Amino acid sequence: MIYDVVIDGKNYRLELERKAAEWICRLDGKPIQIDAVLARRDVVSMIVNGRAYEIKREQSATDMHLWVGSERYAAEISDPRSFRGRKSRAGADAGPQKLIAPMPGRIVRILVAEKSQVDLGQGLLVVEAMKMQNEIKSPKKGIVAKLAVAPGATVNAGDVLAIVE
Amino acid sequence: MFKKILIANRGEIAVRIIRACREKGIKSVAVYSDVDRASLHVRKADEAYAIGPAPASESYLNIEKLLDVAKQSGAEAVHPGYGFLSENPRFAQACCDAGVKFIGPSASSMEMMGSKTRARQEMEKAGIPFVPGTARGLRSAEEATQVAERIGYPVMLKAAAGGGGKGMRLVENRGDLASALESAQSEAQRAFGDSEVYIEKYIANPRHIEMQVLADEHGNVVWLGERECSIQRRHQKVLEEAPSPIVDDDMRRRMGEVAVRVAKTAGYTNAGTVEFLVDQKKNFYFLEMNTRLQVEHPVTELITGLDLVHLQIDIASGSPLPFLQEDVRLRGHAIECRIYAEDPDNNYFPSPGKITLLLAPSGPGIRRDSGMYEGWTVPIDYDPLLAKLIGYGTDRNQAIGRLVRALNEYFVGGIKTNISLFRRILRDPDFQSANFDTGYLERLLAKPIEASTDTAASDRDIAAIAAGVFTLLEPAGVDSNSSSAKTSASHGATSDPPSGWKQTARQESLG
Repeated sequence: MIYDVVIDGKNYRLELERKAAEWICRLDGKPIQIDAVLARRDVVSMIVNGRAYEIKREQSATDMHLWVGSERYAAEISDPRSFRGRKSRAGADAGPQKLIAPMPGRIVRILVAEKSQVDLGQGLLVVEAMKMQNEIKSPKKGIVAKLAVAPGATVNAGDVLAIVE
Repeated sequence: MFKKILIANRGEIAVRIIRACREKGIKSVAVYSDVDRASLHVRKADEAYAIGPAPASESYLNIEKLLDVAKQSGAEAVHPGYGFLSENPRFAQACCDAGVKFIGPSASSMEMMGSKTRARQEMEKAGIPFVPGTARGLRSAEEATQVAERIGYPVMLKAAAGGGGKGMRLVENRGDLASALESAQSEAQRAFGDSEVYIEKYIANPRHIEMQVLADEHGNVVWLGERECSIQRRHQKVLEEAPSPIVDDDMRRRMGEVAVRVAKTAGYTNAGTVEFLVDQKKNFYFLEMNTRLQVEHPVTELITGLDLVHLQIDIASGSPLPFLQEDVRLRGHAIECRIYAEDPDNNYFPSPGKITLLLAPSGPGIRRDSGMYEGWTVPIDYDPLLAKLIGYGTDRNQAIGRLVRALNEYFVGGIKTNISLFRRILRDPDFQSANFDTGYLERLLAKPIEASTDTAASDRDIAAIAAGVFTLLEPAGVDSNSSSAKTSASHGATSDPPSGWKQTARQESLG
């Protein structure tokens, strides 16, 4: 299998296959000697050139992170031959972006109106959790196409709060 | 000895008290609010009762409901833990009136120590050294000015009725005093309903060192050694250790004797802690007394070999202390980290949500007091303390080494925790050489984080390979706890990651 992998913004081409107990691995064309087993859900024990790694995966509705040692990396992986992989990545940033609730909480205040112009990083609404308030910021410069929640609403992590296009 | 005890608390401390009950063959009664039904303390107890909706005022702080449960369950005693009602004299008295033994001091000693000005007045009478200043609320700006001249600037204005930084003002010179007094008083009125403000000499870069005391109901009082609690962020303790690296045997004995005198002055019984501010010349001054078992009690337990909760229960059931002051021996060193559900990269904003993966440390010299488990959804309604991780050893360096090792083993997936904060503190040279005071942590956090070493590039390559490995071995990231997530969905739990197909379909349709 050949994969496109992005780790913290860096692109890799990964060829990976398992034949019986042997692994075949090439990262950006370079062959690497590895062995890997799934220790339990979301935990892989990987040995690379004699060095042992315990790698943990965190997967949410919206993204995936991998931990190597005490460092956390944002990870995306797609098989370039699959239907999902063929979706254009270049166009994604230019199109509508969803503003997602990063944690469960209550909407305290909406700071902008629909149809208003906003800048990248501008606060769009305020969520309260554990008695502290946090501003949720716009993922891009654009126009608020839709506000999906009202003040007083309770939200779960992953809920769409607004769309900016 | 009691046959049944009600634990009027939740989280890790409720689990810890339930364990002591089990060890002593005492039945334990847990209480839980609506969002705590799936909490660890509920299933570790012998009995459990619902006490209402999430807000603490309607559940864990509701005295009538708690006493109803005591009556219904036949509990003979109540352990209040820390926080909540543990230092509430009304609750202590209500238990007494209901014929249920409160495991802690009497309502009257709580009242004496609960008001900072009243505590200072009593200490003044008893000749206990406290930070120079007034023992009564200031009646006017003129009085404030007179006292400030006497004790010398800079001075601290503080609220009598509370803490946590509210109603506090640092005043550097006479010109600022009157307006600082006015604003401190109105802030105190808003925060505590009591505008009483007193004045203290400001001690620069103090250390916060507290002494554990234990008193039975027969007049015996002992000190059990001190704890160094200077590592704080916004007046909240984050890391504590015992013994204090700067306290020698002589200073310990002197502080212990003062602490015992404080406890006796207050007519104190059961476990308590006397807090001191220590200046750079190692002079110590009474600050206040905490009339409860504290969060950081494990470090004292580990260096004394005593179980404080067992002792609390024994004292409350009428037993005299089973040892004398000269039998108390301190051995080794213990350091505790408070693991919170907070995001260190986002100003420690609380990070509630579902714990998708928990790899917890153990092994030599490691103690872990935890209220979390894999699959649990951390509620948004309470203080986000998840667990306490304690490392102990024969000396401070070994304790540090074990703690660092254990923190590397500790993994909590699905939410953010402050675990990385402790790695930063423990490798800091000033921490390692015990060169710190109560301002230390804020100074450390203001420094930029040292850039990662060159393992970063190769670790990223490892992550890339691992991404492929996971996809090959466990493609959909199926979460086997999906049924528990559904039942707690109404409590604001995060939903499970959907299968790969569902995820694709969702993304395609939302475009």
